[in-house]
Amino acid sequence: MHLLYQIFIDPFVQMGHAPDLLMQTLWEGLVAGVLYSLIALGFVLIFKASGVFNFAQGIMVVFSALTLVGLYAHGVPAFFALGLTIGVMFLLALAVERFVLRPLVNQAEIILFMATFGLTYILIGFGELIFGGDPKVMITDQLLLPSGSYTIKMLGGFVQMQKIDIAAAVIASLMVASLAVFFQKTRIGRALRAVADSHRAALSVGISLEYIWVTVWFAAGIVALATGIMWGARSNVSFALEIIALKALPVLILGGFTSIPGAIVGGIIIGVGEKIGEFYWGPLFGSGIEEWFAYVIALVFLLFRPQGLFGERIIERI
Amino acid sequence: MRAPGGPDVAVGDVLLSVENVSLTFGGVKAVSDVSFDIRKGEIRAIIGPNGAGKTSMLNIINGFYHPHLGRINFKGETRSKMRPHDAAYGGIARTFQNVALFRGMTVLDNIMAGRMLKMHKNFFWQLLRFGPATTEEVENRHRVEQIIDFLKIQEIRRTPVGRLPYGLQKRVELGRALAMEPDLLLLDEPMAGMNIEEKEDMSRFVLDVNDHYGTTIALIEHDMGVVMDLSDRVVVLDHGIKIADGTPDEVSADQGVIDAYLGVAH
Amino acid sequence: MFYREAGQYKTSYQADQALFPIRQDQIGIVLILAVTFILVPLTASDFVIDSVLTPILIFSLAAIGLNLLTGYTGLLSLGTGGFMGVGAFACYKLATIFPGINIIVMIICSGFFAAAAGLLFGLPSLRIKGFYLAVATLASQFFLSWCFIRIPWLYNYNVSASIEVPARTLFGIEITGPNATATTRYLIVLTIVAVMTWLASNLIRGRIGRTWMAVRDMDIAAELIGIKLYQTKMLAFAVSSFYCGVAGAMLVFLWLGNAESESFNINQSFLVLFMVIIGGLGSLLGSYLGAALIFGLPIVLRMVKSALGLSITSAHLEHINFITLGVLIIFFLIVEPNGLARLWQIGKQKLRVWPFPY
Repeated sequence: MHLLYQIFIDPFVQMGHAPDLLMQTLWEGLVAGVLYSLIALGFVLIFKASGVFNFAQGIMVVFSALTLVGLYAHGVPAFFALGLTIGVMFLLALAVERFVLRPLVNQAEIILFMATFGLTYILIGFGELIFGGDPKVMITDQLLLPSGSYTIKMLGGFVQMQKIDIAAAVIASLMVASLAVFFQKTRIGRALRAVADSHRAALSVGISLEYIWVTVWFAAGIVALATGIMWGARSNVSFALEIIALKALPVLILGGFTSIPGAIVGGIIIGVGEKIGEFYWGPLFGSGIEEWFAYVIALVFLLFRPQGLFGERIIERI
Repeated sequence: MRAPGGPDVAVGDVLLSVENVSLTFGGVKAVSDVSFDIRKGEIRAIIGPNGAGKTSMLNIINGFYHPHLGRINFKGETRSKMRPHDAAYGGIARTFQNVALFRGMTVLDNIMAGRMLKMHKNFFWQLLRFGPATTEEVENRHRVEQIIDFLKIQEIRRTPVGRLPYGLQKRVELGRALAMEPDLLLLDEPMAGMNIEEKEDMSRFVLDVNDHYGTTIALIEHDMGVVMDLSDRVVVLDHGIKIADGTPDEVSADQGVIDAYLGVAH
Repeated sequence: MFYREAGQYKTSYQADQALFPIRQDQIGIVLILAVTFILVPLTASDFVIDSVLTPILIFSLAAIGLNLLTGYTGLLSLGTGGFMGVGAFACYKLATIFPGINIIVMIICSGFFAAAAGLLFGLPSLRIKGFYLAVATLASQFFLSWCFIRIPWLYNYNVSASIEVPARTLFGIEITGPNATATTRYLIVLTIVAVMTWLASNLIRGRIGRTWMAVRDMDIAAELIGIKLYQTKMLAFAVSSFYCGVAGAMLVFLWLGNAESESFNINQSFLVLFMVIIGGLGSLLGSYLGAALIFGLPIVLRMVKSALGLSITSAHLEHINFITLGVLIIFFLIVEPNGLARLWQIGKQKLRVWPFPY
């Protein structure tokens, strides 16, 4: 009985009791959610355009951030380092297309998925080899990103918002908006969608797969870099980020694998859900439920809607 | 040679009938108010122009689709929809338009898979594979080899079906359906994509199955020659509606059927 | 020429369906058993036994477990580490609660606990397929990892949240704990793994194996033949988790000697998945080959490094290990998606027709 009270009544009482804390938690959840969405966005980009589920997206976030910080540590000025890192991501896209995607064209999706596993391990190895495994500090000031926070008085208390988080939300929205327009309105966007549907058909219509794939992996690399900068600004750059990036998977389940708005909505739902769950229900379980709560949310969703919130229903013909 | 489930149906009696069956997909009416029956021991053809709803009809009988209206009567039992497992257990087997074989398995394994309902030895015996499990395996292997002999596919026994040409795949699929020892065999375009010799072979198999095993057969077919030669009765569908039902001679003389095939606007 | 089967014909279906129908294979397996059971303990060094052979055997068993689920039934699972952990912790609790009972019995029993976990976390597979199922299994992996830390009862309230293996004996010889010799542990692992592999091969060759493969290849057609999908999938999860659980218990009790939640985290799941991919999905032999390659790789790299006289730190070597692993995975997927097992089959085919090219 007491347990039922603890699960169903108490958390809401606590929420009402200190609404400013609720707002703070919601804000924290929103911020985490935006970052999850950015990672999910990288997945969606690549999946939408090549049908490949890029498991390596998470490590690309870490790798790009490490490259940026590493270059700066070797004396390269901040914005120049940024430019160089973008160049590195371009080279990475070229390499992936040439050595992974091209030999595997037309193979089953599961094969390509497993190839990205291999890519993940390669990037982890390279990252650790070149930059070392200890956590690094993101060069936020040098990149002219704001620091410090705003404290807003509301609801009987106050809510603190880090300026960097607001910046992250703004940058993320800009990126999402431009990508959405790109996919829907432009000729290249249409070609990308064709390629995602069928490699063979796209080839026979004359779409250059290589060009498309390099473009898309490069775009995903840029998104990864932005994510890495934002995330590195909040907590340091380390390989632990790779595991956190796996959280993007529940986001994709909710939002669907091919929907850009879905990635945003899914990310926010997961981020907020996770934080609220951890803060208000966490103590019941002994804390740390953030590790798995997101996946359980996704699981529950899947049971009701196996194709996710935004995904398309797959009809099998026989 | 009878599948369990349901009373004995004498030759000539109705084995399966569909009554006022309708099926819609979104806005598309795949099947509208169709009724016909299949008598035990006969070869019943379902024909019609493309998109007429023939495969949907078979899918309804098989339990893959569920009709929104109407009923299915099989071996005396009437239901509003068929479950795939009930259909299989009750003695309905089928082949598919786009060969639905298990590509990772050999021909032998695929046909042995058809014996699934006949193999009962539980998990524990399967684990040890002495005694009862092996005996059961050998028994069923015996039956399967009979089918392999019948279909003359001995040489390709151990070939993974993914590597076989289309015509042979269709034959293996027929074998898998036969392995179920069905009372009713549904064939979805068994001759599609075959040349004259292959068609003659397949026709011979269909007739033999009907003669020797007494299996009732319902088949979808586009080749009119095959339909006229093989079938006892024909039902014609067009745009989801039944437009004719009778012997091959009656149906081929029916003006409505001729119009449907020639594309006369109606 | 060496592998010709001409002249070996079978006169009964039973003989045809035997595990090793070809005489060369029969001789081969006897040789392998003789070498592993007799020759190795007598001649190989403790280092080779303890650092190479024992872990390869244990992980082969885990790989077989995952292969049954993913390779034969087509259900992609990223929860292997978690199920291994369930087996390990269950064994620990059983061993400490019932100290008098034979430890081998405990190891087998812990498999059943893992099987139960597999059944529970496999339930979503009834509704969910493909990648989505993989993500659902991630839920089970992360949840179980969390449990291994946050439920102190599991590690007997040990302050360091780790489990330490108690000493146990069999016929008076110590087989677990600090005094157990490498050879003793190796022989026990070898026996268990050999028996369980044989059982798995029986399942695969029979009715159950066919149902699994049918569900993998085309579950709609499988349903229409009369296969009950949910029973088949649940059985796959249960058996697979059983194997992983036993492997996990052996990992702790017969190899590491201790463990903590980190030993059964997501990286473990990836590792076993790589073994299965590289070794070959849907092949028992592949499970062994994949485990051998993944465990042999660091050793090979170390040998190459000393042979070439390069001075690389061991940390760097580990990173190079990662890179090589990734490259190997991609290489295999390009060259032979069916893994080492398929390469082995091609090799046998070449042996069959040698010295002719085809």
